[in-house]
Amino acid sequence: MLERMRKNRFLFEELVKRDFKKKYKRTVLGMLWSLLAPLLNVLVLMFVFGNMFNRHQEHFIIYIFCGTLIMSFYTETTQGCMRALMANAAIFTKINVPKHLFLMSKTVQSFINFILTAVVFVIFCIFDKIHFGVHMLALAYPVFWMLVFNFGVGMILSAMFVFFRDVEYLYSIFLTLLNYVSAIFYPVTIMSERLRFIFYLNPVYVYIFYFRCVVIDGFIPSPIIHALAAGYALVFLAIGCIIYKKCNHEFLYYV
Amino acid sequence: MSVLECKNVSIRYKTGDLKSIGLKDYVLRKLTGEYKVTEFWADKDITFSLEKGDMLGIVGTNGAGKSTLLKAVTGIMVPTEGSVTTKGNIAALLELASGFDPELTVRENTYLRGALLGYTRQFINERYDEIIAFAELEDFQDYMFKQLSSGMKSRLAFSIACLVDPDILILDEVLSVGDEAFKDKSARKIKKILANGVTGILVSHSVQQVRDLCNKCLWLDHGKQVAFGPAATVCNAYSAFLFTPTKERKLPQNEEELNAVSNHFMLAWRLGVKERAAHTNPVGESETARIQRLMKAVDAMSAEEKQALLDEINGR
Repeated sequence: MLERMRKNRFLFEELVKRDFKKKYKRTVLGMLWSLLAPLLNVLVLMFVFGNMFNRHQEHFIIYIFCGTLIMSFYTETTQGCMRALMANAAIFTKINVPKHLFLMSKTVQSFINFILTAVVFVIFCIFDKIHFGVHMLALAYPVFWMLVFNFGVGMILSAMFVFFRDVEYLYSIFLTLLNYVSAIFYPVTIMSERLRFIFYLNPVYVYIFYFRCVVIDGFIPSPIIHALAAGYALVFLAIGCIIYKKCNHEFLYYV
Repeated sequence: MSVLECKNVSIRYKTGDLKSIGLKDYVLRKLTGEYKVTEFWADKDITFSLEKGDMLGIVGTNGAGKSTLLKAVTGIMVPTEGSVTTKGNIAALLELASGFDPELTVRENTYLRGALLGYTRQFINERYDEIIAFAELEDFQDYMFKQLSSGMKSRLAFSIACLVDPDILILDEVLSVGDEAFKDKSARKIKKILANGVTGILVSHSVQQVRDLCNKCLWLDHGKQVAFGPAATVCNAYSAFLFTPTKERKLPQNEEELNAVSNHFMLAWRLGVKERAAHTNPVGESETARIQRLMKAVDAMSAEEKQALLDEINGR
């Protein structure tokens, strides 16, 4: 068991290295790109919606940044994972390797990107005079569960992608939709109090909400939010694992 | 205790409308009932076992189920029925150069492949120089993989798989890579590996290669196991089968028939050798025609003549 984990670790490291090198080989700006994209996104949203919602929400730019930070982490990981299994078909049809490692490697790659963007986020927070305190450490909680959640969703998507190639297009439409319903650039107060619970059916929103609570309002959310953050992640991970367990030897018929 | 054991292994293979079909086509074909998935037995009831140091050759015409069987042995597929038990590390070379990344350098690819084959970083560190030296790629270590010639790529794949000391080595059509010098070198390497007690499986279309390198041979035909036994006997029978015109081909049904066919072929071969030595063979005759003629000649021989020829072979 331990021996197997050690071997898998080496493979895992090599895969991460490979994915990283491949991603940044061609672009001159390299890593800078992955920083610039969400940054530009924030600025555009701020410019467009700033006037509209600014007076309803203090620290509006941080409010938007929380949303895009988490949304882009989610988007990048799940899209990366979705293609990862198919992209490595040449390998897993020839060599017996644990297939989830391909997705884990993508997840790590997106996570590094997330961390880099988070650094820019912190700089923004400093400029916007956000209060930094010990309570910020609580952010590790949603970040951890987001990793699990993204990976779980990625597993499901990658399996679907092997079976049906147009999942790619359907998913990008879904992402656009998700972008709109996750309250990224508008305050949730536009929805009546009675219906606001609908937002919590959206896992991505739960993570965004957690971030905003801690960063902007300076308090740690209720246990229910904690439970939701963990619950969504575990459910999707479980579904992903079941699919992989069941289809592990099916995939090769479809590639 | 055998190192590798296949017990009544059957694999049902699926093909048809599975691949690269869109959601729209899927729904449409499901609705119109045109969605077709054909299932067939790629391998049926294959049984064999290998001891430490054995080298198994797998022969058979195209579509015999050789590659599918290898996939079951390496664990890429699970047998639908039966079981495969293996002991130790497997290094499989299925369709060599695939699985390398064209955008990475030779060095990076070596490490990645090592990792894929299940070795530790420390181990690859130790073996790296040896692998590169054997593949004769010392001057190309930092080249991108796509810049290499196809021969170089295969040489690298071969070196990695062979130099990592597997317990079970699986070679699928790999010994035909590189130039003549490298072929010789790789054949010598394989022999050396086998002498060290590694168990191997070789799939090859070259019967000669199987004769040279293997001590056991498995003959598959359309997924069925025709024969499993000593390489010389099975190879003889398989050669005889190959040289028979397609319409008259008959698979040996049991060991007795197998031995008979094998002997028959051996005698024909012996006749051919004698004929050549005496320069009495017709000029411009094709190999197939020659073997067919010789087999008929053996048919026409009396039992005593056959025995005399057999003694000649054994006496040599």
